[in-house]
Amino acid sequence: MLEIRNLSVSIQDKLILDNLSLGVNAGEVAAIMGPNGSGKSTLAYVIAGKPGYEVTSGEILLDGDNLLELEPNERALRGVFLAFQYPTEIPGVGAMTFLKAALNAQRRARGESDLTTPDFMRRVREAAQALKIEQEMLRRPLNVGFSGGEKKRFEVLQMALLGPRVGVLDETDSGLDIDALRIVADGVNALRDPARAFVVITHYQRLLDHIRPDVVHVMSRGRIVASGGPELALELERNGYRDYAEEAA
Amino acid sequence: MNAHVVNRSAAEKTLFRQFAEQQAREPSPVRAAAFARFAEAGLPTRRVEAWHYTDLRAAMADAAPVLAAPTPADIKAARLRLARRERFAPGAQLVLLGGRYIGELSDRLPDGVTVTEGAVLAVPVADPLAALNEALSPSGCTISVARGAEIAEPITILHLADGMSDYSVYSRSAIALNAGARASFVEVFEGAQARVQRHSATIMTLAKGAKARHVAVVGDEPGLHIETHVCDLAENAELEAFGLISGGDLTRRQIFVRMTGDEAKVSLGGLALIDGDRRADTTLQVVHAAPRGTSREFYRAIVDDDAIGVFQGKIIVERAAQKTDGAMKSQAILLSPRAQMNEKPELEIFADDVVCGHGATVASLDPEQVFYLRSRGIPESDAKAMLLEAFGGESIDRIEDELLIEALRARLRAWLGSRM
Repeated sequence: MLEIRNLSVSIQDKLILDNLSLGVNAGEVAAIMGPNGSGKSTLAYVIAGKPGYEVTSGEILLDGDNLLELEPNERALRGVFLAFQYPTEIPGVGAMTFLKAALNAQRRARGESDLTTPDFMRRVREAAQALKIEQEMLRRPLNVGFSGGEKKRFEVLQMALLGPRVGVLDETDSGLDIDALRIVADGVNALRDPARAFVVITHYQRLLDHIRPDVVHVMSRGRIVASGGPELALELERNGYRDYAEEAA
Repeated sequence: MNAHVVNRSAAEKTLFRQFAEQQAREPSPVRAAAFARFAEAGLPTRRVEAWHYTDLRAAMADAAPVLAAPTPADIKAARLRLARRERFAPGAQLVLLGGRYIGELSDRLPDGVTVTEGAVLAVPVADPLAALNEALSPSGCTISVARGAEIAEPITILHLADGMSDYSVYSRSAIALNAGARASFVEVFEGAQARVQRHSATIMTLAKGAKARHVAVVGDEPGLHIETHVCDLAENAELEAFGLISGGDLTRRQIFVRMTGDEAKVSLGGLALIDGDRRADTTLQVVHAAPRGTSREFYRAIVDDDAIGVFQGKIIVERAAQKTDGAMKSQAILLSPRAQMNEKPELEIFADDVVCGHGATVASLDPEQVFYLRSRGIPESDAKAMLLEAFGGESIDRIEDELLIEALRARLRAWLGSRM
């Protein structure tokens, strides 16, 4: 469903992704593990279309369409969702105003009418309850004054409401205590679906105890250097990334 | 009087002639003294510090003819326009047509509020355009709020122009709150087109313990809008003022606040929305003249295309004004590489026990914020409009009146919507 082919990406002439290829099937949870600086977050941003990255070769196909030819908002409407490692704080934009704008943008793209306020409120309330998000938090400006855990839960809330084809989780476990991690993981697991894929980017095995991957890819120096089953993550936990870093060198 | 002055501009020559004609009809030593003050300075240039970023002498090719008092036919036409017009705020409305108060177009005022015609004499600040207003404006009207009266709904002063021809319109109003009175005023400027030159002055006096709100809405398209707002606060008086600028070729709002009494409080704010080749200048002078005063200034601007914004804010803390607490902030977002914002916050402190600060920033929209919104499917133009509404809205939200906040936010959305 998601097919990345020979992707090379630079930032200011520094090569970050080096001829990377990766396929993720519908219904699959693919973990991407790797040391710091291996290009994991760059991969997440390039899938979502963040400006500032120079794609020098390759393509990213979602259901056969090349995402690289689409604007970030168009990619979102095709079903790409990036759960940010550091969700951006936006003072002055209410969390609810933002959610409504995002949901209605999606509906308009499908030729549907905007949600009525009661319908919108009901959907948000239901999704928020499952993630233990208080109504008070939703009255605040977007991500402003949210704790680390609240920000990550709010990312998963957005993902639940928007129902993407492919969810890219960028270090979603960073900054979470074990209770928050469990809530976030439960939220993601509830969204697992045969028609939906996840790319779970993480430095540690810990998150994968809660979101069980189908496949694990190891990334180093901008490439996928090993792929395997969940046991690969456990091996990395025991031995670290040293072997793979050397292999790529 | 101008014999010794060389190099008068065309506009200045016209102003001299217009004033001489007025004196011939209606001699007034007070006006003559005011015009002499203007004549001594002339139209301000960059060399005048308070006008450094707005060279009015260069910008004003000529002075348009002074508008005569409205005829009965003008009043009748205005009545028809008023009937079709949607009001900016609830509450009673006073109408100034061609700069003159027209009782028959105005609403009945609530108990405790009176209006007196022809009572405003001076514009008590040292500024050439304030002096020009004093020399050429009809003598205006004074709105008084009785001692202790609390007026629930805002009172609107509608400055109505018909905008169809070349003219200068001068007006002058006074707002006096007696001790302990509370009231809110909205000045709405409407109907002017590019050939209109507007000179407006509002003089507020707040007696002991009085609380006033003043909101100015400049949303029409005059070629020139010069607005002088003067406010004097007695002991424990409070002023909350806000100005929205969203139109006009050259707009200058100059605000002179003086805290004469102890423990006065001032909160000033504004939002300038400037595009095309417009220029908008907000210049403040806030004088703390007595102890324990508080002043807050919070101004924002969104500048696009080739537009130029100016914010100059000067807080003066006089020797007597110990325990002054002052904080001024001005922030602008530039949307185009050619847009300009000039910010000059200043403090002049002559007392030793004060807390004062100021800050000014000029930035672009934050690309991280734009990307975050777009990554959720929100189109780029909508994302930018959301961020700009948030940026502008934060200045509006400081006003403590929900209905006025909503009305001002609607103007902001309309401005964003018309160009995004």
